Amino acid sequence: MDWLQQLINGISLGSIYALIALGYTMVYGIIRLINFAHGDVFMIGSFVGFYAITGLGLSIIPALILAMAVCALLGVVIERIAYKRLRNASRIAALITAIGVSLLIEYGTIYFRGAQLEVFPSALPTKSFNLWGATISVQSILILSISVVLMIILQIVVRRTKVGKAMRAVSHDVEAARLMGINVDRTISATFAIGSALAGAAGVIFGIYYTKIEPLMGVIPGLKAFVAAVLGGIGIIPGAAIGGLVLGLVETLVSALGYSNWRDAAAFIILILILIFKPSGILGKNSREKV
Amino acid sequence: MKKLNGFWVFLALSVVIYAVGQLLIGTGLLNPYYSNTLIFIVINIILAVSLHLVIGITGQFSIGHAGFLAVGAYISAILTKLDLPFPVALFAGGVVAAFAGLLVGIPSLRLKGDYLAIATLGFGEIIRIVFVNIDYVGGAAGMQVPHLTSWTSAFICLFITLIVIMNFTNSTHGRACISIRENEIAADAMGIDTTYYKVAAFALGAFFAGVGGGLYAHNFYIIQPTNFGFLKSFDILIFVVLGGLGSLSGAVIAAILMTVVSTYLQGYPETRMIIYSVVLIIVMLYRPKGLMGTNEITSYFSKWTGVKGGRLHGK
Amino acid sequence: MANKPLLEVKDAGIRFGGLKAVSGFSMTINQGELIGLIGPNGAGKTTSFNLLTGVYVPTEGEILFDGKRINGLAPYQITRRGISRTFQNIRLFNELTVLDNVKVAYHSLSKHSMLSSILRLPSHFAGEKEIEEKALQFLRIFGLESYKDEIAKNLPYGQQRRLEIARALAAGPRLLLLDEPAAGMNPQETQQLMELIAFIRKEFKLTVLLIEHDMKLVMGICERLYVLDQGQLIAQGTPEEIRNHPRVIEAYLGEEVSKGDA
Repeated sequence: MDWLQQLINGISLGSIYALIALGYTMVYGIIRLINFAHGDVFMIGSFVGFYAITGLGLSIIPALILAMAVCALLGVVIERIAYKRLRNASRIAALITAIGVSLLIEYGTIYFRGAQLEVFPSALPTKSFNLWGATISVQSILILSISVVLMIILQIVVRRTKVGKAMRAVSHDVEAARLMGINVDRTISATFAIGSALAGAAGVIFGIYYTKIEPLMGVIPGLKAFVAAVLGGIGIIPGAAIGGLVLGLVETLVSALGYSNWRDAAAFIILILILIFKPSGILGKNSREKV
Repeated sequence: MKKLNGFWVFLALSVVIYAVGQLLIGTGLLNPYYSNTLIFIVINIILAVSLHLVIGITGQFSIGHAGFLAVGAYISAILTKLDLPFPVALFAGGVVAAFAGLLVGIPSLRLKGDYLAIATLGFGEIIRIVFVNIDYVGGAAGMQVPHLTSWTSAFICLFITLIVIMNFTNSTHGRACISIRENEIAADAMGIDTTYYKVAAFALGAFFAGVGGGLYAHNFYIIQPTNFGFLKSFDILIFVVLGGLGSLSGAVIAAILMTVVSTYLQGYPETRMIIYSVVLIIVMLYRPKGLMGTNEITSYFSKWTGVKGGRLHGK
Repeated sequence: MANKPLLEVKDAGIRFGGLKAVSGFSMTINQGELIGLIGPNGAGKTTSFNLLTGVYVPTEGEILFDGKRINGLAPYQITRRGISRTFQNIRLFNELTVLDNVKVAYHSLSKHSMLSSILRLPSHFAGEKEIEEKALQFLRIFGLESYKDEIAKNLPYGQQRRLEIARALAAGPRLLLLDEPAAGMNPQETQQLMELIAFIRKEFKLTVLLIEHDMKLVMGICERLYVLDQGQLIAQGTPEEIRNHPRVIEAYLGEEVSKGDA
C-alpha cells in the first residue's frame, strides 16, 4: 500500500468534489436552494469538454474554458427559467423544482445523444515520476494545479471585486442589499454563472482523470459534492474546499482499506453524522430560530 | 354519526372497485399487461399514501422512502424463499421496515427542512448500499423472487393501508401530526410531544412502504438494489407533491395518473422521464400546492350534499 | 392562598454565545396572582418567557414550578405540568380550522391511544367527543363559536389573538403566560380583552403572567409588576411603586429619547 500515492489520489478526487461543492455552497448561500441540477451541469461540462477536444480538436485549456463558458450560461438559464419564480415559494417547492430540472437535464441529454459511455481522450501527458518511492502521475499534479488556480481566482473574485461584494451582501440580507442599490437579480445570476463554470471545469477534469463519462455521471458526484458542502459548512466558500478535500481523502482511505463497495456509503454516513452532531459544518456557526 | 356514513361509503366503493378489478382480471377481459398495470397502480397508491403521512400530514420532508421499500421487499422475499406464507412475509417486511424507520427517524427527525431531506436521502442510499453488500440476497446482481402478488392481495393491503392512515389522520393523533406541520414551536408549546409524533408517523409510513415493497418484490421475478435508488424515492415523492401536500385523495389520484402515464410511456423511458420532470417543474412553478392543495375530494362532494366525509380540514 | 409560591425563578439567565440575553432573573408568583412583566423593546421579556416555557434552556439559575424544578424539561413537558403560553408573533396552526386549533391543545389531556383511534374502538369515539365538547366550550367563552369551521389564517387579526388565548387555555394550564396579547388591537378591543382575561382568571382559577410593552395598560389590571431592562430585572413592586421608580423612568425615558433620534 503506497500511502503517498493514495494521499495524492485522495486530494485529486477531493479537489473535484471541492470544485462542484463551491457551486452548491455559493447558490445555497445566496438563495438557500439546494440546486440538485448542479451535478448535471457538471456532467454537461464534461461532455462539452469531450466534444471540444474530440470534435473541435481543441487542446485542454481552450476546451476547459469553453466548458466553463457553456456551463455558466446553462446555470444562468436554469436560474432564470426555473428558480427565479420560486424565490418566495416554500422550500419544498424549490427543492422539487430543482429535482425536476436535474431529471430534465439528465434525460434530455440521453434523449439527444443516447445513454452510452464516452471515453475521454487523454489530453494531458500520462507520464509519471517517482517521489520518495511513490509513483505520482503528472496528470494528478496538473489537475490539482488547475483546481487550486480556479479556487484562488474564485477567492479573489469574491473578496476583491464588486460582484463578489454584492454576492456577499445579498447572501447576508437580500432586502438590505436591494436597498443599498445592489441589483439582486444580476448578482444571483452571477453566482449561478460562477458556480456553474466551476462545475463545468470539474466535469472536464473528472473526464481527464476517470476517462469514462456518461449522462448520469453527475448524480453521485453531485450528491457527494453536496455532502462536501454541508461538511465544510454550507454557504461558506472555504468550507466547500475543505469539505471536498476531507471527503476525497476519506473515500480514498475507505477504498484503500479494501472496502470499495462501501465507498459511497461512507460519504452518506459522514453526511448524517455531521447533520446530527454539527449541522452547521466544520466552519459554520450555529444559528437558532427566533421564537 | 356522520363519520360512520363516510366509512360505509368508503367500504362500498372499495368492494365495487375490487369486484370490478377481479372481474376484469379473473375473466381474462383484461390482458396480463393491463392486469399488471392495475396491480402496479395499487402498489403505487400504497407507497404514495405511506409517504403522504410523513410529508403531507406531519410535514417532515423525507426523500429516502425507497429505502423502506427496499427493506420490505428484501425481508419479505427472504421469508417467502424460506417458505413462509406470503401474508406473514408481507407483514414481517412491514415490521422490519418500520423498525428501520425508527432507526432512521430518531436521529434525523431532529433536523428540519432541507437538512432532513438530505439526511433521509443519505439514509435511503445507505440502505441500498447495505443490500449491495449482502451476499445472501445476491448483492448487486439481485435476488429471485416468486411471483405471488395478486389483485386480491394487493387490494387487501391497499384497503388496510387507507383505513389505518385515514383513521390515524382523523383523530387527535393525526391532528397532533398536522399541528407539527403547521407550526412546530406552537405544537410543542401546546403539549404535543413533537418528537414522538414525528417518529411515529415516520415509522407508520415506513411500515406501509415496507408492505408496498413486499408486494412490489413479489410482482417481479427479480429484485436488485438499483430498483430502490433515489430515483424510486423521487417517483413516490412526485405522487405526493403533485397530488397536493396534505391531501390523501390527491396522492391517490396522482399515483393513479402517473402510473398510467408511465406505463403508457414504458417503451420510451427517456421521454417518460422528460415528461415527468417537465410536469413536475410546471406544477411547482404554477401550482406549488399541487393539484388538490390540502383539500380532500370529499370536501368537493360536501359542497353539493352537505355531508362531511370525516374530513379534517379544508373549506 | 399565599402559602406556597406557584412559580419561583431563582437567578435564571441565558447566554447566546458570549452574549448575556437575560441574567439574574428572579421572580416569585403566588397562586392566583396577575403579574405583569414590562420593559422597553429588547429588554428580554420574550426571552424570559422562552426560559419559563422550555424553548430555551437556562444556562444559569433555577426555575421551580409548584415546588419542582422544570428547567431542562422540553416545552411540551412544561405545558403538561401546567404552564401554557401565547406568542407575541401569533403562531396559530394556520391551515387548520378554528375548532381544530383548540382541539390540538386539548390533545395531551385526552387519553385514548393511537391504536384505539386506528381500530376505531369505543374509547376513540368517547375521547374525540370529549375533545370536541371541551374545544367548543373554550370557543364559546371567547365568542369564537360561530367561526369554528373557519380556517384559522382567515380570521381577522383580533380574533386570531383571542384564538391563541383560547388555545392556550385548552391545554389546561394553572399558569398562563400571555405575550403582548393586546398588540395591534384598538383601545376598545384591548378593553374587551382585559375583561376577558379577568373573567377566565376567575373562572379557571388561573395565575397569569402578562408581558406588555405599554405600561399604562398593565398598570390598571396587574397586582404586581416586574420590570426588565437590557436583560436585567431593574424593579419590582406594585404599580404605584413602579410608576415612581427612578430606574424604570430612566429605562423608558431612554427609549423615548432613542425613538426620537430614529
